[in-house]
Amino acid sequence: MSIIEAKGVSIRYITGDFKDIGLKEFVVRKISGNYHVNEFWADKDITFSLEAGDMLGIIGTNGAGKSTLLKAVSGIMVPTEGSMKCNGTIAALLELTSGFDKDLTVRENTYLRGAMLGYTRKFMDEKYDEIIKFAELEEFQDRPFKQLSSGMKSRLAFAIACLVQPDIIILDEVLSVGDGAFRKKSGNKMKEILKSGVTGILVSHSVSQVREMCNKILWIDHGKQITFSTDVKFCCDAYEEFLATKKLPQNEEDMKKLAEGHRARVEKERIKRERTEAERLQAVLEEGTSSAALEAAINIVKKNKPELLNEDVAI
Amino acid sequence: MVKKMKKHWFLFEELVKRDFKKKYTRTVLGMVWSLLSPLLQLLVMSLVFTQFFGRNTPHYTIYLFCGNLLLGYFKESTKGGMNALVQNASIFTKVNIPKYMFLLSKNVSALINFGLTLIIFFLFVLADGLLPTWKYIFLLYPIACLIVFNIGTGLVLSAMNVFFRDIAYLYDIFVMLLTYVSAIFYRIDGYSEQVQMIFHVNPIFCYIKYFRLIVIDNVIPSPTLHGLCLFYALVMTLVGAWTYKHYNQKFLYYV
Repeated sequence: MSIIEAKGVSIRYITGDFKDIGLKEFVVRKISGNYHVNEFWADKDITFSLEAGDMLGIIGTNGAGKSTLLKAVSGIMVPTEGSMKCNGTIAALLELTSGFDKDLTVRENTYLRGAMLGYTRKFMDEKYDEIIKFAELEEFQDRPFKQLSSGMKSRLAFAIACLVQPDIIILDEVLSVGDGAFRKKSGNKMKEILKSGVTGILVSHSVSQVREMCNKILWIDHGKQITFSTDVKFCCDAYEEFLATKKLPQNEEDMKKLAEGHRARVEKERIKRERTEAERLQAVLEEGTSSAALEAAINIVKKNKPELLNEDVAI
Repeated sequence: MVKKMKKHWFLFEELVKRDFKKKYTRTVLGMVWSLLSPLLQLLVMSLVFTQFFGRNTPHYTIYLFCGNLLLGYFKESTKGGMNALVQNASIFTKVNIPKYMFLLSKNVSALINFGLTLIIFFLFVLADGLLPTWKYIFLLYPIACLIVFNIGTGLVLSAMNVFFRDIAYLYDIFVMLLTYVSAIFYRIDGYSEQVQMIFHVNPIFCYIKYFRLIVIDNVIPSPTLHGLCLFYALVMTLVGAWTYKHYNQKFLYYV
């Protein structure tokens, strides 16, 4: 039985000039016939399924409908068409820092967020110290939230969310949080959680992250499903080539072409890089100002390719 | 519903704490002010109106206080509740929690305020020479009805506020009108039977009347008044609940 099953999920937004206009303006526009409401499909006919322990990577350019899809998974939105089934508790990390209250202290916000994510007070009492320690905010516990830097805020949000043992975890661009050191720590924590057999969905603009962490992949573009597959490497290759060339694949054939194109390009780049490296090295050696560099070069050659050296010496 | 409530109880507590802190931390007088303000209002009203209406109304101060007490609670609860959804939009668009929680938590701080004002009200009652009787138990009935009525009204208003942001201004005007038709500072005996009946269309008037009958006249109100009080509370809550259920998904598009 699948943990998450999405069948032909379509989500329609209504857009138009109805926002913030107020009752008076609404009536006036309705009477004068100036009131327009447009429809906009954020997602159209998306189908995928996840088994326990799967990690799904969702890729796509900005505005592809990724976050909307996650809202449907986490139950905030109900699909306009199609069905979305989830078996298990969900911890959704959608846009981490929103929902905090700037006037409350760090401690109060931590509890509030914990409550929102569905933990119990007992659980929060137990885990509070751990959360603060992980977020490295020991000295800020009773400061108002607005005095924190944005990095600190997301660190706290991440720390709270990570402590759950959910069946399903949804990560929307959350792994790029904080400074380098914290990012490493959060990455490790995330891997630890994923190892425990949780089912996850990761939305990321970092393709390398998706390559590393996911075993299934869903590519959406402007609300349309380009592909859903288990061949993460193949899809990532194609996606990266798409990002470079802006050519949207129409079928399997196109995908293959894209992926091949990507591999060819990577190979070309590698060769080019090697060549520039070699050129630089040559420049250093030829300049000859650093005898240490020369000696080092000879030593390396002696060790790795002694036959080369012998010929040269003979000359 | 009960199961859901239990599951979200911790969240409810935290929301109440948050709303309460946010409301009172920024003012110097804090809670004292929200007690003082109805008292000052009472003072002004009794200064102005005692000359006009107070002469042939026994216990006129208590008569005024009854009206102010209940209408004040209604105003505070609904005006606060109106913003429940708009203010918390950043939360319910990101986390899947029942949206009525926000309204309920807003209502709690208004209720606490009402409770405190109620204590002062009883002090006034004693000071005015009215002795409480066992019939005061009956006051729990209109209070319970009013709480439910306020929640219902809050549900409707907060939903409307999501769709039309100028509701707050229109509602201010409505509340002013309500103040005048609720017989806060005048008596309705002078009007004909029919007009007196029309007054009962106003739920707030019914609750105030109930209060006055018990406190001032020491009379248990008629079954009809009991029925009306309950009827208004239930209808409002049903309308509110329906609104939330029906628009639950649509709120997301408008915030």
